[in-house]
Amino acid sequence: MSAHILLTLPILFPALGVALCALFWSNKPVQRIVSLVASVGLLGSALALTAAVYDGTVLATSFGNWDAPFGIVFVADMFAAAMVLITGIMAVAIGIYGLNGDIEPRENAFYHLLYQGLLLGVTGAFLTGDIFNLYVWFEIMLISSFGLLALGGTRAQLDAGIKYVTLNLIATTFFLITVAFLYGITGTLNMADLARVLPTLENQGLVTTLAVMFLMAFGSKAAVFPLFYWLPAAYHTASAPIVAIFAALLTKVGVYAIIRTFTLLFDGDAGYTGPIVAGIAIFTMVTGVLGAAAHFDIRRILSFHIISQIGYMLFGIAVATPLAVGGSILYVIHHIIVKANLFLIAGVIERAGGSFDLKKLGGLYASLPMLGVLFLIPALSLAGLPPLSGFWSKFTVIKASLDANHIALAVSGLLVGLLTLYSMLKIWNEAFWKAAPASSAEPLRAWQADRKTRLLMLTPIVALAAITLTIGLFAEPFVDFSMRAGAQLLDKTSYIDAVFGPSQNITEVNP
Amino acid sequence: MNSIILQTTSRLILPAALVFSVYVLLRGHNEPGGGFIGGLIAAAGIAVHAIPRGRTALFAMLRVWPKTLIGAGILLAIISGMPSLLLSEPFLTHQWPFASLPIGTTLVFDVGVYLVVIGSVLTFLSYYLER
Repeated sequence: MSAHILLTLPILFPALGVALCALFWSNKPVQRIVSLVASVGLLGSALALTAAVYDGTVLATSFGNWDAPFGIVFVADMFAAAMVLITGIMAVAIGIYGLNGDIEPRENAFYHLLYQGLLLGVTGAFLTGDIFNLYVWFEIMLISSFGLLALGGTRAQLDAGIKYVTLNLIATTFFLITVAFLYGITGTLNMADLARVLPTLENQGLVTTLAVMFLMAFGSKAAVFPLFYWLPAAYHTASAPIVAIFAALLTKVGVYAIIRTFTLLFDGDAGYTGPIVAGIAIFTMVTGVLGAAAHFDIRRILSFHIISQIGYMLFGIAVATPLAVGGSILYVIHHIIVKANLFLIAGVIERAGGSFDLKKLGGLYASLPMLGVLFLIPALSLAGLPPLSGFWSKFTVIKASLDANHIALAVSGLLVGLLTLYSMLKIWNEAFWKAAPASSAEPLRAWQADRKTRLLMLTPIVALAAITLTIGLFAEPFVDFSMRAGAQLLDKTSYIDAVFGPSQNITEVNP
Repeated sequence: MNSIILQTTSRLILPAALVFSVYVLLRGHNEPGGGFIGGLIAAAGIAVHAIPRGRTALFAMLRVWPKTLIGAGILLAIISGMPSLLLSEPFLTHQWPFASLPIGTTLVFDVGVYLVVIGSVLTFLSYYLER
């Protein structure tokens, strides 16, 4: 298949999903089928894309056949393709899980359309090679996620939705303003072109200022300290499949944008931005994990853990060695699967135990021992215990920070891992281990009686747990892929050559 | 809103707006205009028709739900990009099947935008109309 088709299909499938869900807006069964087929199509095309870039080639296409840097290019290197692949896996897994009835009251209100819209925004953001186009995908993602969050229209959801959309709009506006400044000093928005132009500018102080502004805009998306406030205010109100897809993808797009811009555009002044990012990473890890320790609602605990784990993903930018960048990529891949799975399991706990509140739960290990095992796999992986996927990703980033003498970063990474284990064991003790409260008998009976729902909810959980185990037990190909993806990010020439062609040596357009 | 003045003038405004919107849509090929502005003009004409008559009259006149128009429009816009993929050119590279006629896939794309704009404006409006 040509690069054009390979790069278009992952965007085309969710776009068709949006179009057909809008066309059949009054027909729920058709929408469900459309949404599932579009998600499977996304997964299939993402597999083809990843296979095509696996050997290190970078693919590029320009929609409408307008040449770079004027047309909008879409570029897939190993990192972007891996992110699209993970998005496809999540789209299918959570799409199946979502048929369990959690979202049924919301289907009339465009659940499937918004779900596909979210996937469209996320894949577009991963594949685009144009910084303004990235802003457009961010907006699509923001609007869809706001719709998904507010669906249902309860008081708590609307309260969360308003906070979410206001704080995120401020971040995207900030992003837009920064893009305007960037265009003002370089005269281009194409990222490959920016990578060539930015080092030639005289005023490198201004470039560093813009880098820090981008760090704030994307950091707010990625929920890093001290810009994470929107996340715990919003995530605990949505139902399990919606919050799972949010946890899997939204903050990771911010992390992706940070890694992309700081490897491709702003790597010139790593001596200045590195320590800033390292400080941010430490505070993000620590505040996130302490916030989680204070809560007793499973969704709130897991939401705060999203924040603390984001810290580890910033190691790559803070340390800026090939090992660290590769480790960050491995961390993002591992984390998306584990975190989404934990939220899916939280949905099962709510069904079978009757609540998200740990104080009202108990005895689940006695009644559902397999669920306990399924919970322990992602939970211990999140804490970083061998031989699960979290161990290898934590090991790589911490080894990279020790190698580069970032002792504070490494020590806080290890301590936060310990505190993560504490939080996970708290959920384990409260929900699974302690005696079952009297109120939990009724939901448990309903859960055990409903075979179809169990199948719909547990199949994705088992599949994601299997991926976690695969990464943990057969780490070699995944580590190798991440390391090569990291090396590819740091060597910008392959990306630039894919966009402009290797032979063309276009002189810089610099007003 | 039961306004005789608006009801009477809308009989003139609606057809004029629709004809003009199609003119602007087609004109957008080489000159200012196109699907977005054409769609807005058409939607404005339909809005003038619907505001004094209410929601039922709007749906009776459209025959399709405005939300369906949005879906059909997005679908048309996506389809307009497909032929180029089959010819192994980048997505949305516009094709001109007739040598002498300026009719190509851009027109399909523009009609898609036209429908999306009409659909979105009228969906938005329909929540504010009297039943």
